[in-house]
Amino acid sequence: MTRRILIVDDEPNIVASLEFLMRGDDYDVLVARNGEEALRLAERFRPDLVLLDVMMPQRSGFEVCRRIRENPALSDMKIVMLTARGRDVEREKGLRTGANAYVTKPFSTKELMNTVRGLLPSSG
Amino acid sequence: MLTAPVIVIASFVYVGLLFAIAYYGDKRADAGRSVISNPYIYALSLAVYCTSWTFYGSVGRAATSGIGFLPIYLGPTLMAALWWYVMLKIIRISKQNRITSIADFIASRYGKSHMLGGMVTIIAVVGIIPYIALQLKAISNTFSIILRYPEVATPEQQGAPLFLGDNTFYIAMLLAAFTILFGTRHLDATERHEGLVAAIAFESLVKLLAFIAVGLFVTFWLYDGFADIFSRAGQTPELRALLSFGGESGSYATWASLTFLSMAAIMFLPRQFQVTVVENVDERHLAKAIWLFPLYLLAINIFVLPIAFGGLLHFPNGAVDADTFVLTLPIAEQRPWLALFAFIGGLSAATGMVIVEAIALSTMVCNDLVMPVLLRMKALRLTERRDLSGLLLGIRRGAIVLILVLGYVYFYLAGEAYALVSIGLISFSAVAQFAPAIIGGIFWKGGTRTGAICGLAAGFLVWIYTLLLPSFAKSGWLPITFLSHGLFGTDLLKPQQLLGLEGLDDITHCLFWSMLANIGCYIGVSLIKGPNAAEHGQATVFVDAFKPAAAAPGSRFWRGSASVNNLLMLVGRFLGPERAYEAFAAYAGSRGERSVEALSADANLVHHAESLLAGAIGSASARVMVASVVEEEPLGIDEVMNIIDEASQVLAYSRQLEQKSRELEAATNELRGANQRLQELDRLKDDFISTVTHELRTPLTSIRAFSEILNDNPRLDGAERAKFLGIIVKESERLTRLINQVLDLAKIESGAAEWHSSEIDMREVLEESATAVSQLFKERKVELMLELPQRVPGIAADRDRLMQVMLNLLSNAAKFSGRAPGKVAVSLAHEGGFLRVDVADNGVGISAADQEVIFEKFRQAGDMLTGKPQGSGLGLHISRRIIEHFGGRMWVTSRPGEGACFSFALPLAGGSVLIRAA
Repeated sequence: MTRRILIVDDEPNIVASLEFLMRGDDYDVLVARNGEEALRLAERFRPDLVLLDVMMPQRSGFEVCRRIRENPALSDMKIVMLTARGRDVEREKGLRTGANAYVTKPFSTKELMNTVRGLLPSSG
Repeated sequence: MLTAPVIVIASFVYVGLLFAIAYYGDKRADAGRSVISNPYIYALSLAVYCTSWTFYGSVGRAATSGIGFLPIYLGPTLMAALWWYVMLKIIRISKQNRITSIADFIASRYGKSHMLGGMVTIIAVVGIIPYIALQLKAISNTFSIILRYPEVATPEQQGAPLFLGDNTFYIAMLLAAFTILFGTRHLDATERHEGLVAAIAFESLVKLLAFIAVGLFVTFWLYDGFADIFSRAGQTPELRALLSFGGESGSYATWASLTFLSMAAIMFLPRQFQVTVVENVDERHLAKAIWLFPLYLLAINIFVLPIAFGGLLHFPNGAVDADTFVLTLPIAEQRPWLALFAFIGGLSAATGMVIVEAIALSTMVCNDLVMPVLLRMKALRLTERRDLSGLLLGIRRGAIVLILVLGYVYFYLAGEAYALVSIGLISFSAVAQFAPAIIGGIFWKGGTRTGAICGLAAGFLVWIYTLLLPSFAKSGWLPITFLSHGLFGTDLLKPQQLLGLEGLDDITHCLFWSMLANIGCYIGVSLIKGPNAAEHGQATVFVDAFKPAAAAPGSRFWRGSASVNNLLMLVGRFLGPERAYEAFAAYAGSRGERSVEALSADANLVHHAESLLAGAIGSASARVMVASVVEEEPLGIDEVMNIIDEASQVLAYSRQLEQKSRELEAATNELRGANQRLQELDRLKDDFISTVTHELRTPLTSIRAFSEILNDNPRLDGAERAKFLGIIVKESERLTRLINQVLDLAKIESGAAEWHSSEIDMREVLEESATAVSQLFKERKVELMLELPQRVPGIAADRDRLMQVMLNLLSNAAKFSGRAPGKVAVSLAHEGGFLRVDVADNGVGISAADQEVIFEKFRQAGDMLTGKPQGSGLGLHISRRIIEHFGGRMWVTSRPGEGACFSFALPLAGGSVLIRAA
């Protein structure tokens, strides 16, 4: 079964890199440029995993994460937070909000892929 | 010649004389010149010990037991000679603690116990009633005898009616009246009755003289001296026996017990305690008394045997009761004046005893029995009554009457059956029960209240059983089988052969068992549970009375706070306001204070007040009353005063501190404000730094990601490869730009930036910047128009910085200009003292909200848009900072959909330098 990944980031270049990486692993990719769009797409297309940038205008990644977690229908959705803020405080906050993983930018592509693969049991 | 009226008048004259002496004595005492402050008077007053028992009964006893009458006087002599130390200690303790009666003494010793005081009072009253009855009997008998003058006849048992029909009753009531008049005219804090003591000393003298007169008469008139009498007595076999020890005179046991009893009696009879201890003016008088008193006893006893023998010889075969020899011998010899003198002597002895005893007993009844009960009865609200002295006196008078009535009743019930001496010994045995509690109390600190209560109760009960009830039985008021077969017919409980102890006379038997029970219980119960704190405190006060520390006024074990006024009012309630004030004034004088008002309500005053009250109502009740007006505190008054002193010092100091602290507070507030600003700056700095790091990391992310992608995917196709490389390059540039700008900003903000001001031609700057961005504009297909005036004044500024501003504005304009063809217009104008530059584009414009935001760090117009614009968000901010640095200002004018116009104005340099356009 093909896994679907939702990429949420307001930086186009980062989105491009993430897109490339995810497609490289045969994931279906959805892209959202902001939190509002992210929630809409999440609910509509029920991706298996969300790559979620934290620092976004309007709805922050934390908020998006919280909203997703509040939704019982989306309880299986995996969330990986991406952020330039690497402080422990932020990390804990992210994990507390309900993220499954927290990756700091700039990230190592290998590390990111491992994280994603770890959260998604291999597709058939 | 000796008719009833004569006798009666003589009696009243005598009593009137006593009154006069008492009155005079009191008057002198009030004036401060005491008549009784004299060891001779003191010693004579002790002789109240010799009652009509001595006057008449000794002779009676001597007639039956020979020298067996002596032990009663040996006891006191021994006490005086050998045990005066004990008496001194008791006197010392009583003075220190303002003890006013024997019940007070015992109660005080065992923790100021009301219960003990009440018990002692009851025992004393019950025990003394027979003794009073004895006096009544003596007076009434001798009155009847002398009425019969010149006949000599012992009055028969007449079966006289009880009370009103009985002369004795009237005698009792008269005695009550005398006593009330003598002793209850007012309340004294010390329970001293100076006039009474003077009167008693006088009557001791009278009875001594009367007895000696009769003795002289018998010995030297009727016979020819001692030798003559004794030789004649020796010729009669019965009389001879009386001259030797043993046999009729009593066994050694009897002598021992009688001596012991009289030793106890000389100290513990209420009247003896009264005259020896309470009425004592000066301890040193005791020194004289310890040989004067035995001398008196000797004097009064010298002629006992001669009179006894004379009587026996004169009235053979017991025709005349030996108890009356002292009177009947003069009568028989037709000596009316001597007989009258003898009668007066006997009357003197009896009234002395009754008056002093009744006063002592009524004091105890009032202080230790009635008042504690009344004080406990809250319904009476005694503590609120202003003047209780009337009530106290009333109680005492009632007690006196009651005691005499009871004495009369006993006399009626049991008096006739007994010889005088026997009655007296019953009383002695009763007061002997106080001995363990008192002697133990002043020498043994381990005695407890419970122990004393148990000892007293046990001894008293044994006394009742072995002496008092048998006396009723012997008079017919209880079945005689009680005596012969014991209670419930049990032989072992025979009251006078208890547990089979035979061979002892009644008195010794009672003494043995009662002392055994008393001492046993006292010591045993005291050891079971030792003294508590109050008892121990009092024990120390009593046992260590001779040690100097015990007398130190500071060592009280309660502390409290009171006002002099409250204490004065309290004492006034019981003693009367004037006497209370006098007492306080005397105290003030003794403390060196000028007046009562100058007194301080310290622990000593409170204790003194308590002592004053103790005189009126007993120490236990006094303690309760004082406690009611004094607030007990865990600290002592002195300590409280110290603390208050300290506190007021501290208060003054703290006011100074308050002043300083106010100043300090002002400074602190400033500091706080400064701190807050710093914190905010700090926060801003943190925000700035975190934002900067974020901004730096964003391009880095792309750079790294794509670098890794390119690295990991060597077989990427060329187009994608080129694209990714392009991104890397672009992001690197972005990164660099950002770093530069951040550094720039940091420098500007921290003031570390270098500003090179020079005269600037704005036109030239604008032109050059237009050239610099021409490439960019071409790429974006944006048209740039310059509108520059011919000449403008120069301004002082840093050229590079101005360039920076223009480049920023222009590149922004290029980015944000509208769909092709974009148009950007730059204009320069001279307005007022300023040069104004406008950079207008025809882009989408900037909303009002954004207009506020775009000059902030890292904020860009576009935050609200879906696409994220390029740029760091710092440019405008820095530009504005630069303009502001030169004293200018920057602003934007825009309406959404109508493009935006960024403007700045710079002040002109001083002096106008016109630079002509080239």
